[in-house]
Amino acid sequence: MGNLGGPANIFGIKTVLGLWRLVLGLWALAFEVESCVRVGIHQTWSQDLRPKTQGLKPKTALRIGLQFMTRINWYKYASPAAFYSLAGRMIPWFAVPAAVLFAVGLYLGFFVAPTDAQQGDAYRIIFIHVPAAWMGMMLYVLMAIYAAIGWAFNARLASMMASSLSITGAMFTFISLVTGSLWGKPTWGTWWVWDARLTSTLILLFLYIGFISLQAAIDDTRRADRAGALLAIVGVINVPIIYFSVEWWNTLHQGATIRLLDKPTMAPPMLAALLIMLAACWLYSIAVVLARLRCIIVEREQHVWRMAMVRE
Amino acid sequence: MKWSEFFSMGGYALYVWGSYLLTLLAMGAEIVFLLRRRKRCFRATTDSKLNGVIAE
Repeated sequence: MGNLGGPANIFGIKTVLGLWRLVLGLWALAFEVESCVRVGIHQTWSQDLRPKTQGLKPKTALRIGLQFMTRINWYKYASPAAFYSLAGRMIPWFAVPAAVLFAVGLYLGFFVAPTDAQQGDAYRIIFIHVPAAWMGMMLYVLMAIYAAIGWAFNARLASMMASSLSITGAMFTFISLVTGSLWGKPTWGTWWVWDARLTSTLILLFLYIGFISLQAAIDDTRRADRAGALLAIVGVINVPIIYFSVEWWNTLHQGATIRLLDKPTMAPPMLAALLIMLAACWLYSIAVVLARLRCIIVEREQHVWRMAMVRE
Repeated sequence: MKWSEFFSMGGYALYVWGSYLLTLLAMGAEIVFLLRRRKRCFRATTDSKLNGVIAE
């Protein structure tokens, strides 16, 4: 029993299995109650409307039961063809607000936010540098999550999403490096320094490029997805390194000015412009990633449509 | 803010406007590549007699 871990270790395997059966039994009971209440007790006995879960694995039976009870097909949009049309309807709702927020954010950043006491007007690069850096990091984590889901659950659409995210993420990381460099020259006196944050962000860019290249190099699409997923998952350790680099090491790059729970130390108009630009970048990313996902779906699922044509 | 002040950005015009120009180029390139990819993949599917099957 020693190497089973967790509850099995403490309570013993028989107890754990017993508890699991109890949970399933309670679930079945709730199921029974729901169908009785909904359909009417006498009808339940005469006309069994529940889906047949006999002989299925507990997990599958649970899922089918849940779907039946809630009348929602939770996996509907896991199909590339189904998500294709949903994505098409979603894109304008993200693209248009993105454009608006970019305009608002840039206006606030250039005309409302005051000049900085120490850096003069050079600090205004912050309104694109910081959102781009955040997007680069967040899109990498998202990419790793989708790639992992695509690999673990053999979900094609999740892997396609990871491939779509990679290009936008690489773009934002590149922007953050370049704008950071252009900001560093007047303020630090150097275009580049091999400190912790800059180096780990450069590594992030290499990881993105590696992911894209690896997927492009493998012909079999599912194998390419799995190989890319491995790279993405292993590389995700870099993101917390970037985030905490300014705390862990003595870096030229300044420490965090914005924390989730503390009061901000930045002037309100600057913070407002920064957050609006971040929202704009998020909306832009979603629109672009969904549009690219649609292209990927069409490129990969052609055989599905060909078969449909042939049958007709 | 006066326009001359706005354009010179306190002497940092090269760096500030350079950053925003490069950002615009990068995002613009992304969108242009995306539109070209879209055109290419829909042309490929319509060419192979799947006209009208794919809902736009």
